[in-house]
Amino acid sequence: MAENKFFAEDGREIVLKADHLCIQFGGLKAVDDVNIEIKQGELYGLIGPNGAGKTTVFNLLTGVYKPTAGRFFLCGEDLTGKAPADVNKKGIARTFQNIRLFNNLTVIENVMVGLSNQIPCSVPESIFRLPRHRKSEREYYERALELLRVFKLDEYKDYLAANLPYGKQRKLEIARAMATNPKLLLLDEPAAGMNPNETQELMDVITFIREKFNITILLIEHDMRLVGGICEKLTVLNFGTVLASGATAEVLSDPEVVKAYIGE
Amino acid sequence: MKTKSFLKNYLNYAIIALVAIIFTVLSLTGGTSPKEIYLLEKIAISIILAVSLSMVVGFLGELSLGHAGFMCVGAYLGGKLASILEPIIGNGILALIISVLAGGIAAAIFGIIIGLPALRLRGDYLAIVTLAFGEIIRSVVMNAPEKLFGGTLGLETPRFDKKYLFIIAFALVLICLAVTQNLMRSKHGRAITSIRDNEIAARATGINVTKYKLFVFTISSFFAGIAGVLYSYSNYRIQSANFDYNYSIEILVMVVLGGIGSINGSIIAATLITFLNVNLQTKLTGDLAVLQNLFYAAILIVIVIYKNAPALKTFREKYSLANLKKRRKEKDQNG
Repeated sequence: MAENKFFAEDGREIVLKADHLCIQFGGLKAVDDVNIEIKQGELYGLIGPNGAGKTTVFNLLTGVYKPTAGRFFLCGEDLTGKAPADVNKKGIARTFQNIRLFNNLTVIENVMVGLSNQIPCSVPESIFRLPRHRKSEREYYERALELLRVFKLDEYKDYLAANLPYGKQRKLEIARAMATNPKLLLLDEPAAGMNPNETQELMDVITFIREKFNITILLIEHDMRLVGGICEKLTVLNFGTVLASGATAEVLSDPEVVKAYIGE
Repeated sequence: MKTKSFLKNYLNYAIIALVAIIFTVLSLTGGTSPKEIYLLEKIAISIILAVSLSMVVGFLGELSLGHAGFMCVGAYLGGKLASILEPIIGNGILALIISVLAGGIAAAIFGIIIGLPALRLRGDYLAIVTLAFGEIIRSVVMNAPEKLFGGTLGLETPRFDKKYLFIIAFALVLICLAVTQNLMRSKHGRAITSIRDNEIAARATGINVTKYKLFVFTISSFFAGIAGVLYSYSNYRIQSANFDYNYSIEILVMVVLGGIGSINGSIIAATLITFLNVNLQTKLTGDLAVLQNLFYAAILIVIVIYKNAPALKTFREKYSLANLKKRRKEKDQNG
């Protein structure tokens, strides 16, 4: 398939291009005309007051909702209207604001589920225990363990996911998302409910995986220290529309943004 | 360590095979009564039903109340096919295998037909649809022309040497167990369990939820169909009234009592409940027959209370198998 990739002025590829995304629930325009362009390797922040439509944007970008207007492209490929599983296979992985782990699976199994589309093995091969099943299971285990090491979760690999401490559950969710080998990672309030130490640790992890896997990240966050600390660019949403967009420092000092956040 | 996990994985096969072999020897030397043979057949059928339903309820996390319906499809179509085959290839093992496969496949096809629209529903709604399906199948079969399925009188089914039928039934139990267990201990099993744990996250992780749901539903109805064919071989005459929703609920009770997501639990619960049921049916006859259901219900209530009541928590922990084993180990180490 011929993909017409988009490139920014500086020659870097544009990984995500959201083009006039809109969604309407009945009479409510939850997201109205949102444009975002994220370049390869960028760490992009999406912020805004409560109810601004940030998570709705995520749900649009992962296929949970179908936009009523507008399109979005991953590396030039139009993914508008695809089902969540297909969007994930194309290369967008996400975490959730309220953690959604597979609680009754162990930590390593959670990551192994994430690897499902990476290592092929058909149903008959598994039922009849053919050689490829054995081989693929070993590969699943080793690759999952490798990922857990990156997130320093390997010592908890046999814990049930539900029994992990909160901060580690957040990390496991990121690890599971990374297991699907995404081009773009969407993090929905990764630092929500974390204490300052955990937040700092999380920032380190995000910076680390970004360099190690050369991945592009879009994150929603309320913690301004985290946003100011690691995001290169920001888009501010307010009542479903883009209030401001640009480099982090500029956006955060924009009087409109300050007004939306703190009031006059 | 490796032999230990090997043992753990295959112990259940070994136990079932051992039971089958012991009773085979007993049956060949004439040491078993027809009643015991009947009980064994019933137990094998129940295990297949419970294990296959546990795939849907325990691993996929969907509530299906139509398992007896799929069994009914297998019982009637398989039984009918066997009686058609009888004049052609006789009453041997070949006819049994063909009708078992045909009954299973027919039930699986029904599983797909029902699953395609029904699996778009969730929770209670799916339960209602499958419940309705079971009842529809039952009344269709009952009202079909008498020549075809025997109407209310029931369908006369072929006879197979009673000495050997339960051996075949147990072989089928082993096959069903192997398929279920191998499937659940693979990437597909993990994907299926992930759907139960969190469907939204499973979708976002790239799991094709619809495909897996339909697949599990189909394979579970396939085995229900097989159990149905065995059922029609085990009884000389099958009546549609046998496959009513009470039977579906009974299978569900086995799965729930055995513990959601535990294959071995389902096997044990299926064995116990069937044992209990058959014994109540044979012991309480005549005027006492009315007490069958009462006793059955009372025993179930006691088990459920024992398993879940908060007041009995310390008692349970003190006398649970796992803890007894642990304490013995500690004792060994200390002494």
